[in-house]
Amino acid sequence: MANIILEAKNLSKAYPMRGGSQLTVLEDINLSVREGEFISILGPSGAGKSTLLRILSGLIEPTSGKILYHGKPLEEAFPSIGMVFQSFALFPWLTVLENVEVGLKVKGVDREIARQKAIKMLDLVGLDGFEDAYPRELSGGMKQRVGIARALAIEPEILFMDEPFSALDILTADNLRNELIRLWIEKKLPIKSIIFVTHNIEEAVFLSDRAIILSHNPATIRAEISINIPHIRNKNLKEFELTVDDIFTILTRPKIEAPFMLRKERYQFLPHAKVGAIAGLLELVLSKGGTIDISEVTTDLGLEVDDVFPLIEAAAFLGFATVKEGDIKLTEVGMHFSRSDLLQKKVIFREMALKNIQLINQIYQVLTTTEKKRMSEDFFIEILENHFTKDEAWNQLETAIDWGRYAELFAYDYDSGELYIEEPESEQLEKV
Amino acid sequence: MKIQVTFPPIKGISLSDLIVLVILFAIISLVFFLGKEWKGDLRSVASISLEYKYLPYYVIQSVSRIGIAYILSLIFSIGYGYLAKKNKITETILISLLDILQSIPVLSFLPGVLLAMISLFPNKRIGVELASIILIFTGQVWNMAFSYYNSISTIPRDILEVAKIHKFSKFYRFIKIDLPFSAIGLVWNSMMSVAGGWFFLMACEMFVIKDRDFRLPGIGSFIQMAANEGDLQKVFIGLLVMVIIIVFLDILIWRPLVVWSQKFRFDTVQSEEEKESFVLNILRESKLLEKIWDGVESRIDKINCYLVNKKKQDTDSIKKSPVKIFFISALLIGLLFLVLKGGITAFDMLSKITSQDFVLLIKAGGLSLLRTFGAIAIASIWTVPLGVMIGMKPKVANILQPVIQIAASIPATALFPIIIYFLLKIGGGLGFGSVFLMLLGTQWYLLFNVIAGASSIPQDLKDIADLYKIKGLRKWKVLILPSIFPYLVTGLITATGGAWNASIVSEYVIFGGEVQKTLGLGSLISESSASGNFSMLFASTLLMSLIVVTLNRFVWKRMFLLAEEKFRLD
Repeated sequence: MANIILEAKNLSKAYPMRGGSQLTVLEDINLSVREGEFISILGPSGAGKSTLLRILSGLIEPTSGKILYHGKPLEEAFPSIGMVFQSFALFPWLTVLENVEVGLKVKGVDREIARQKAIKMLDLVGLDGFEDAYPRELSGGMKQRVGIARALAIEPEILFMDEPFSALDILTADNLRNELIRLWIEKKLPIKSIIFVTHNIEEAVFLSDRAIILSHNPATIRAEISINIPHIRNKNLKEFELTVDDIFTILTRPKIEAPFMLRKERYQFLPHAKVGAIAGLLELVLSKGGTIDISEVTTDLGLEVDDVFPLIEAAAFLGFATVKEGDIKLTEVGMHFSRSDLLQKKVIFREMALKNIQLINQIYQVLTTTEKKRMSEDFFIEILENHFTKDEAWNQLETAIDWGRYAELFAYDYDSGELYIEEPESEQLEKV
Repeated sequence: MKIQVTFPPIKGISLSDLIVLVILFAIISLVFFLGKEWKGDLRSVASISLEYKYLPYYVIQSVSRIGIAYILSLIFSIGYGYLAKKNKITETILISLLDILQSIPVLSFLPGVLLAMISLFPNKRIGVELASIILIFTGQVWNMAFSYYNSISTIPRDILEVAKIHKFSKFYRFIKIDLPFSAIGLVWNSMMSVAGGWFFLMACEMFVIKDRDFRLPGIGSFIQMAANEGDLQKVFIGLLVMVIIIVFLDILIWRPLVVWSQKFRFDTVQSEEEKESFVLNILRESKLLEKIWDGVESRIDKINCYLVNKKKQDTDSIKKSPVKIFFISALLIGLLFLVLKGGITAFDMLSKITSQDFVLLIKAGGLSLLRTFGAIAIASIWTVPLGVMIGMKPKVANILQPVIQIAASIPATALFPIIIYFLLKIGGGLGFGSVFLMLLGTQWYLLFNVIAGASSIPQDLKDIADLYKIKGLRKWKVLILPSIFPYLVTGLITATGGAWNASIVSEYVIFGGEVQKTLGLGSLISESSASGNFSMLFASTLLMSLIVVTLNRFVWKRMFLLAEEKFRLD
């Protein structure tokens, strides 16, 4: 077995919330990274993958637990780290070459040597001839090449990549992935290991030796899967598809939880999915006879797994579908829903949302019990902020408003920022 | 239009290099000149000569004053931003303090600053010079400090993480991230600030406190003196020289800076139009400057390395030295003492205000409030239609823009003598006249913002309006007003602030050796400052700041939020 470079022991991260409570983002994470390993950290959006990556790289401190580099605590080890960002994080006022040199100059490398090294790295990522261009002249793919070259220039032991290709279009991302893995297996990169964060299952299976799968709210390690398919991996291979299905199953399995009334400990997390898209997915499943393989959905809709993921989750939450071993299956209600016309759909959706969705149920209860049948959004945000971060609280409310509007359970007045129940009289007036 | 300037090299040094050398030489000689001048004794009143041959000498002095005040403002802004960003506590304190400070009218600082400086340098000219510079500084600094703070608050997290991962020292972060990020905002605000400096130059080069009359040689005092003697021709010539200097500085300094700062745009796409400045082109040609720049850059790298290594060693040694703790607590105690002492003095001064004074203050406040609203209303009436017309028709804009820019660059205060002259001739009092004077100072903010707003209306919305034949009033209601609303609000906020500040110089004017005044908060401030009535000065300043802050908090801020939320075009 190769040397262990990095080891994380019992990492947890919690942020203090209003009212003295804590929001736990990461819980009890244990992992180790060996020389020569390409590891991916996989989880749904907002799971805390990026937080984990930043803790491992020493950018932020964990609330508890420790990180060892070659057996030494992080603070004493002064490890050299390379990081590639989703947003590229290039300095727009520096040329491509200057951007790559930045890391070297800080370390006090002689100017001439720094220049040569930077040029070498740019050649490696296929950017020779672009040295004097400014980032704003480059396409997204080119920019990320600069980002990679900058991270590699300081010859770090571990290269951290935070969803490096998810801001790029599919073709460009595919191209860069291919080049990255080629350089990696040909051992042309001046690094020992890569930790790669992604929410794209296929990407993780295509690239990594080991996928660490996180759950969310809070993130814990749900499983570690070794991937031993020889590179360069073919996405159409049976083995590849099976691995993707496996991971997908792991990701969805515990999601079908008991109805919220029975759960006490944790607030239900609404996946950010629009009603129209959920209905579309259900109709697709119905057209395939009520059961569909997840990889079929992605190819049929031309979407990536992680785009479909919230839709499936939402459908499962609402009780329209179940997920088993990479298959989506419509329930009785789901079948009925998909076959109905718009008005009937709304009736079914209303019933299911009230029954299964905690937030919608609560909003409805509050609105019906208040005298004016109106309540400010701030009231709900305040409740949600006890369970989620500020941004997430707004996301949750936005999703609930979208669903509630569709179900005609309640409406939302943007100008006053109030949720309210429409009076039947006014509805009649509108029809006239 | 692109102006290409290339010069043949002369014996290894290009003409660009020569120009750079001349500039460097000029700066050094200027420093010596000022040093020699200011070391001298305070000269008598009569020493401001109205002979034209002294004009260049006056211009150099005035420009230097504004320049030094500007450099101080820049340093202060950066230091303030740094302190504010240090932690959450300093941030809340310093930013609300800034909000209050910027609402205090500049000239209220005058007596205090002047007396302090004179007691520091009795009978030396440098004392009065410093007082003048500090006053100009207080007129320039606040918006720059806000701009810098805002810029460094909005640096993307990823960029900061890049700095952290590569272990930038604080110094290196400042040079490589903070400064570039704030460059564009700082340049624009510097232009505004310096324009403000010219505005107050008239009041900051000549002032009367009690029975003492202070005059500094400068273009501002030249115009003022000419006005006092009723010599309109000299006023006009002085004004002309001032405008020429302002336009000249714009070409020589601001335009190159604006073009250069475009480099620091934080956008990902390339914009279609790149601006040009021939002065900048000359500087870019210079090999000498390039060498100097290169040398500076490698020094910066070296300093950073030294700092990083030092920090590595420091982490091994003790974390917090007792010296530092002692220093901070001493500073805190000192601050506390100052605040206490200031509070007691303030209380003391306010207790001298009689009930009559109080009624007068309220009356004056009401009158000035009406005047500022009047000025803003009149300004809106003509700037909104014209601004929209210019903004929506690029061709008109191209013709009118330079004319407007020159008109706007004339400091309104310099026009005052001419206007007062005609006002007195017609027989109108300063009661309404001061509204007109305020208007002069503030209308441009509105006009520029309206133009910007109107030119940002998307073409497809304009097309829709045409398609549905939405015209006249309806077009204003549906398309134009909502589109320009956010810009209009920004313009109104700046204009109102400007109007309050202008009230001090426009409700109390000295012309032809006589004081012209009308009741108002501004004139109370000017008058009590001139007569050395500190209680009244303090009370009226307090009231004005209170009104401005209240208006900002409860009217403008709400309108601003509304504009951001509802009328955003995205």
